[in-house]
Amino acid sequence: MFESLSDRLSSVFTRLTGRGALSEADVNDAMREVRRALLEADVALDVVRSFTDKVRAKAVGQAVLKSVTPGQLVVKIVHDELVTMLGSDAQPIDLNAAAPVAILMVGLQGSGKTTTSAKIGKRLTDRDRKKVLLASLDTRRPAAQEQLRVLGEQTGVATLPIVPGEGPTQIASRAMMAARLGGYDVVILDTAGRTHIDEELMAETATIRDLTNPHETLLVADALTGQDAVNLAKSFNEKVGITGIVLTRVDGDGRGGAALSMRAVTGKPIKLIGTGEKWDALEDFYPDRIAGRILGMGDVVSLVDKAMQTIDATKATAIAEKMRKGVFDLEDMAEQLAQMERMGGMGAVMGMMPGMGKAKDQMAAAGFSEKSLKRQKAIIQSMTPQERRNPKVLDGKRKRRIAAGSGTDAAEINKLLKMHRQMADMMKMMSQKKGMFGKMMGGMMGAPGGAGGMPGEAEMARMQSELAQLDPKALEQLSPELRDLVASATPTPGKGAQAQLQLPKGLPGLGGGGRLPGLPGLGGMKLPGLPGLPGFGGKKK
Amino acid sequence: MSGEEKPKRGWLGGLFGKPEPASSAVLEAEPPAPSDDTPPEPVAYDVDEGMAGAAPKLSWFQRLKSGLAKTSTQLTRGITDVFTKRKLDASTLEDLEDLLIQADLGIETAHKIAARLKAERYEKSISPEDVRAVLASEIAKVLEPVAKPLLVDPAHKPHVVLMVGVNGTGKTTTIGKLAERYRKDGLKVMLAAGDTFRAAAIDQLKIWAARTGADIIARDVGSEAASLAFDAMTQAKADGCDLLLIDTAGRLQNKDGLMQELEKIVRVIKKVDPAAPHDVLLTLDATTGQNALNQVEVFKARAGVTGLVMTKLDGTARGGILVAIAAKYGLPVHAIGVGEGADDLQAFDAAEFGRAIAGE
Ligand SMILES: Nc1nc2c(ncn2[C@@H]2O[C@H](COP(=O)(O)OP(=O)(O)O)[C@@H](O)[C@H]2O)c(=O)[nH]1
Ligand SMILES: [Mg+2]
Repeated sequence: MFESLSDRLSSVFTRLTGRGALSEADVNDAMREVRRALLEADVALDVVRSFTDKVRAKAVGQAVLKSVTPGQLVVKIVHDELVTMLGSDAQPIDLNAAAPVAILMVGLQGSGKTTTSAKIGKRLTDRDRKKVLLASLDTRRPAAQEQLRVLGEQTGVATLPIVPGEGPTQIASRAMMAARLGGYDVVILDTAGRTHIDEELMAETATIRDLTNPHETLLVADALTGQDAVNLAKSFNEKVGITGIVLTRVDGDGRGGAALSMRAVTGKPIKLIGTGEKWDALEDFYPDRIAGRILGMGDVVSLVDKAMQTIDATKATAIAEKMRKGVFDLEDMAEQLAQMERMGGMGAVMGMMPGMGKAKDQMAAAGFSEKSLKRQKAIIQSMTPQERRNPKVLDGKRKRRIAAGSGTDAAEINKLLKMHRQMADMMKMMSQKKGMFGKMMGGMMGAPGGAGGMPGEAEMARMQSELAQLDPKALEQLSPELRDLVASATPTPGKGAQAQLQLPKGLPGLGGGGRLPGLPGLGGMKLPGLPGLPGFGGKKK
Repeated sequence: MSGEEKPKRGWLGGLFGKPEPASSAVLEAEPPAPSDDTPPEPVAYDVDEGMAGAAPKLSWFQRLKSGLAKTSTQLTRGITDVFTKRKLDASTLEDLEDLLIQADLGIETAHKIAARLKAERYEKSISPEDVRAVLASEIAKVLEPVAKPLLVDPAHKPHVVLMVGVNGTGKTTTIGKLAERYRKDGLKVMLAAGDTFRAAAIDQLKIWAARTGADIIARDVGSEAASLAFDAMTQAKADGCDLLLIDTAGRLQNKDGLMQELEKIVRVIKKVDPAAPHDVLLTLDATTGQNALNQVEVFKARAGVTGLVMTKLDGTARGGILVAIAAKYGLPVHAIGVGEGADDLQAFDAAEFGRAIAGE
């Protein structure tokens, strides 16, 4: 669907063969692509303008060193500037005030205020051990109060009893009173959605604010919002005064440019993001993740995080051990398919990987989908343990039995076996090149050694140097994106520090080190069919 | 709801499908009779709150103008600022393109529209008013083919409309508005509370049924949406309903499991009537940016969307992505949502939409 910015920039810079400093003309060309990428990501036009101006000023005259391409250099500058503009650190909800601390939730209709109120309520209850009261001031949308009541029940957070006929300001006062009397630490006030040009309703919100004196006023806004993000954020900030922003539906496949727009016009931090319909699908905001997404470069850090959370450490260690020995049977493959499923399926995984947009289409075209994933699992499940350990024994008769058992056919079984063979070969190749890849996999798979299953800082440095000596043939097998990333993670000789891609923070277990974008994900998950890995991805048309 | 006075907006009439035009005046004179079979349950909320629109009803475009006049957001500033010059030169065209981008048309579409303007008027002298008019009409040209009313066929008993879309885009509200509209036309309307997932979504639809005098079929929260759809189909058929409006839970189009669930709902509906659903409507929130294109693509592929309703055009969002969607998919746009009340559904008027985007 969208080309990633790095793809675009590499085409801009193909003309540019010589090295040296970035000229104004080069940068101007590059900025056109940056502008395009940002607009496609729904960043508001005015914000795009000021952003490209800033980046232009920083980029012109920058020395291009041997280790990075001009495209990578510009991506780095853009990425860093985006992160700076998005706000460098995660800012939690501030409860530092006399109890009961009021949190006022505001926003347009349908932006996700009620769900977010419940999620925050649950988070503060579970994590921060706060006594929380939820109150719905939404007397406008039919059954909105009932909705919050039910959510309170589901999350185990207290809700203010509903009194039919009361108006929003009355409810607000009653909520504060109830919170004081009941000894609550926090009161979350969920308000009715309103368009920001509705003078009357905006005035009503201001009245509620004055009545309840909220310590946090959170603007809840949809991550899929387009150009209007600036208008709505500006209005809410001017008319009500917000202290932070919660971005919802970040689990959608939008690019999230609204985050930048709203942050830029209000100067207020994005405090939390909503990433699903489950109660715990509320996360702290990490600017570099959204930055990567806006630029179409995937969300590698999230992917790695998620992988770490969902991968079963013991099983993973066992697999890693086998792999080190170059053994990889169908049992292991099934486990990997299952892991992928636990991570939210193909789509979720691919969506988070850099440059995977296209790969995803290719895989779909090759008939590789969630469904085929399920079928592959079924095939393996229909095998005997012996068959799984030693697929060579599979003859026509056995295949027929498996086909019947899994509701598939021989062709599909053969396809799976071929894929397995290719994966096993790849594993073998990697295990021969022990060292970096092996360790990385070991680390990712939870092998003992690195803190929290991840390689430590010293190990990381070693890996980087091994990476530098990596067999070029192996590198060629990687997709261009990943190749770029490997290249960018390779230590640069001499005074390379400046030009070397600064690896964003935020990866647990890496300490102050960095991350190797793309690679941990690749190594750790060994997605069948990733471009570069033998299998489906290789079949480019 | 039935007792509330509502000024009639005659111009809307012909734009929606009206199977029995003669009957509507008669029926509007008296409150619609609630159905006997499934009496709307009493609910503890003031059903009329939020609909207390005492102000005279304005068309969307009129409201838009007055709304914009009141706000500090400077959307209409664009063209007048741009056109201090009198000639349509390259930089002016670029500014116009920017204006379209700010209305969410997307780069591609904005560029195409600007290119057409260029083809016609490049380097010619033109007044700001003219530019606006030409721009508006270029946009309208793209939209005209898709401005089609929803046609409820009286031969279908019932005519089945399935409502789909992303969470919070306005599915349930739009169902309520459509129910209001067709109840006024004297149709026997049934609502099916197919959002069995979100808390209180069923109650929300029940309130709309009570407001509009439509029948409602609902199951417990957590029950299977597809089986509810099946029951609704059978029930509506047995009751001789003219129109069955089936609500569904909101879903992001990139959630495969949820999209599969939607496919199942469609399959089950077809078991009862292979020709149904006669319409699959996708609600698009005007505030949504470029992702609306993906929404259309995926919901069309998976749920067989046949038409669109754009909601929340009463804010400052222009919903320009609709132009890109019209150009790419050509799906009919049946109506627009301009507020939260039962009457806040209007016909989609291509010329008006073009003018709104051009800031005319
Ligand atoms: N301002 C405005 N709000 C709307 C419109 N349509 C729906 N809404 C509001 O948007 C919110 C979500 O609507 P709902 O119908 O529950 O969305 P659903 O989740 O798709 O069923 C509610 O607060 C509605 O009142 C509209 O055209 N204009
Ligand atoms: Mg709904």
